[in-house]
Amino acid sequence: MHMIRWKMNLLLVTGLIFLVVATTWSGLRMMSVQVKNGQLRNAPSFLGALVAQVAYGDQVEVLQQQEDWLEVKISGNRKGWIHQSAVTATRVVLSGGGQKASSAAASKEELALAGKGFNADVEAKFKAGHRDIDFTWVNRMEAIRISRQEMISFLKSGGVQSKEGDLR
Amino acid sequence: MKQSRFIRVSRGFIVLAGLAVLLVSSCETMKPVMDVTTAMGVATGTITQGQAESIKRTTTAVGKTLQDITPEQEYYIGRTVAATVLHQYRPYDNEGANRYLNMVGQTLAQASDKPETFGGYHFLIVDSQEINAFAAPGGLILVTRGMLRCSKSEDALAAVLAHEIGHVQGQHGIKAIKKSRLTSALTILATESVKNLGSQELAQVTEAFEGSISDITSTLMNTGYSRELEREADQSAVKILRRVGYDPRALISMLTLMDQRLQRGGPGFAKTHPDPRDRIRDIESMVKGLPAPVAAPPARQVRFERSIGAV
Repeated sequence: MHMIRWKMNLLLVTGLIFLVVATTWSGLRMMSVQVKNGQLRNAPSFLGALVAQVAYGDQVEVLQQQEDWLEVKISGNRKGWIHQSAVTATRVVLSGGGQKASSAAASKEELALAGKGFNADVEAKFKAGHRDIDFTWVNRMEAIRISRQEMISFLKSGGVQSKEGDLR
Repeated sequence: MKQSRFIRVSRGFIVLAGLAVLLVSSCETMKPVMDVTTAMGVATGTITQGQAESIKRTTTAVGKTLQDITPEQEYYIGRTVAATVLHQYRPYDNEGANRYLNMVGQTLAQASDKPETFGGYHFLIVDSQEINAFAAPGGLILVTRGMLRCSKSEDALAAVLAHEIGHVQGQHGIKAIKKSRLTSALTILATESVKNLGSQELAQVTEAFEGSISDITSTLMNTGYSRELEREADQSAVKILRRVGYDPRALISMLTLMDQRLQRGGPGFAKTHPDPRDRIRDIESMVKGLPAPVAAPPARQVRFERSIGAV
């Protein structure tokens, strides 16, 4: 009785592990860039040097994963590391862009149509109804960008260093 | 014996049921179940075909609400939330101070669990004596001058910003949107396969958008997040600060100063956040036993005072 129960549990746990591994595995391979401007680096760290830029909707092929970083291959056989928060397993399709929604074999649920839903049109309509809400400073703050080089020298000159190693 | 066997059987059942829940929890697997139920409804004459279609659409929409908010949509929500907050809190136009704020903030954001958002993290000081800070979805973070005055070092400033990054990372703003709003917007979107909506659909989606903005801004400015979400943001802050190399204990020194300056029952942070003393207690247990960080050289304090000292 004891033995049977033990075997049952082992079977369940094995099944569960298989399920998780299979899901993760199938989630890898091809992914889409889900941010406006994505950057590929030469190492799995934000302090790694920039090797290529990717744009919203670009497809990347995942080669390997190291913690939160993915080594990916893009067109022209170029490789680099990108943080996993910049990509999605859902295929992002740009309407009116190079890729056409109809050409994708995936079902509707696996597709995210870029620019659908809350978008620039909705923002424009909102602005038309709320003329007192001013977006000038939102645009101005969005324009404040700190480069990787600036971050590195800022950390260095302030003596800010992690005992846990580099910024990941 | 009989009883213990029953316990064993029921324990096995719980494990199996758990596994079943895990498998069924995706809305994809729920959909066939709904299809069958609605088909039965039509067959038995309790609902019309039109109603059945509508039920199916709504079910799909409800199941997908949060994950259907793509980073791109979160970005547009965040922009309007920030613009709405900036309607009440005027920007503080000081290029040097704002650039320094972004230097600290954007560097911290890179060490968060969600360093990449659609439009990136950007920080701005707002001209108010109130002690407060607001994190709009997607990474637009506003900090009052009153809040900056509670920070006496770069590490303390980093602690404030890391806490706000924690709210962005946890999508706390998006979670403040009432489900019904997203449901109505997504129901429209689910039936639309094309990007360009008709004028009537656009009006309906915009209405859901306006509602979402008002849910988030009223949470940010009036009601505040739950104690649990604040604790989550503090936890993220401790993690981010450690990863970069700032002292997570600076969160405690900042909260201590804030506690002295906050007017109980007053506006701003006092109204929207748990008592600083409660947070200090929680954070103390989070940082307990952590090794001391690398000591801050004088240069760090010098640049902090030069950039923020006069704010």
